[in-house]
Amino acid sequence: MSPHRGESPDRLYVITSGRSSGADDSLDAVTLIVSESAPAPGMQSEHADILRLCVSPMAVVEVAAHLRLPVTVVRILLTDLIDTGQVTARHPAPAPSPAHPLASPDVLEKVLVALHNL
Amino acid sequence: MHSTTSEPAHVNEPVAPLAAGTEQALKIAVVGGFGVGKTTMVRSVSEIRPLTTEETMSQAGAGVDDNNGVEGKRTTTVAFDFGRITLDETSVLYLFGAPGQERFWFLWDRLFTGALGAVVLVDTRRLQDCFYAIDRLEAQGTPFVVAHNDFGETEHSLEDVRAALDLDPDIPLIRCDARERASAKKVLIELVHHVRFLITKGAR
Repeated sequence: MSPHRGESPDRLYVITSGRSSGADDSLDAVTLIVSESAPAPGMQSEHADILRLCVSPMAVVEVAAHLRLPVTVVRILLTDLIDTGQVTARHPAPAPSPAHPLASPDVLEKVLVALHNL
Repeated sequence: MHSTTSEPAHVNEPVAPLAAGTEQALKIAVVGGFGVGKTTMVRSVSEIRPLTTEETMSQAGAGVDDNNGVEGKRTTTVAFDFGRITLDETSVLYLFGAPGQERFWFLWDRLFTGALGAVVLVDTRRLQDCFYAIDRLEAQGTPFVVAHNDFGETEHSLEDVRAALDLDPDIPLIRCDARERASAKKVLIELVHHVRFLITKGAR
């Protein structure tokens, strides 16, 4: 089941103005996007949609799911908005792991508490 | 199954917005073969109805001209589902369901970077579907647990499953029912305990 069924490559080509690269590589699937301004008249509709969606922080994948566009395309659109200061990106800190044992040490406890409370 | 694919997007109505101060997002991946219950597990614990999106990768090798744009490139598209659990006012955990077969893996390398860990969901009818995922997670050093999704028709002991998977004795293997929140929750708790065990072990 594809959420983007019927999404022609032509339309995706138009949305990104023909770009298939140039997206900010630091944009993780769970980088949180926050709007810094309101949609302006004449703005590309996808950009305006993103500004409306990200009034509260929203992860890149969630933006993609709501827009029904592939993550790759959304990364390009988000990069446009980051470059113009219309959104900011909150990148995830690395999760604590055997490789990064000291990264956010209280995170595991936080996750455990939240899971127990589910 | 209810599908909303043909309806217009309601982009003005985000459901269950995150707190304005949310800064940190964590990831846990649920990997497994087709139909093993990945989305079911995500749904059992997620605070939002699982969402679906696509990752598209152009398999542009050396010498492919970027100006070709979308046309003329071989692209692979894989749909994946995800849900989320708000941890507190500043952090949120995203859970991804991802098909674990070899042909999809190049898409997940990036998705799993920085992940807290992974749950490999197995079904004894198709154990081979998860061999590759287990190999890759081990190679990447991503902490993981294996959960045998069992709908109450167990014919295999966990020892049999462990032997069939040739699983390291250190890696937790548990039985679960992905449809049950309590059971899915237990699997995730087991994973977090395992991550903590690995960190403590590494620090010794």
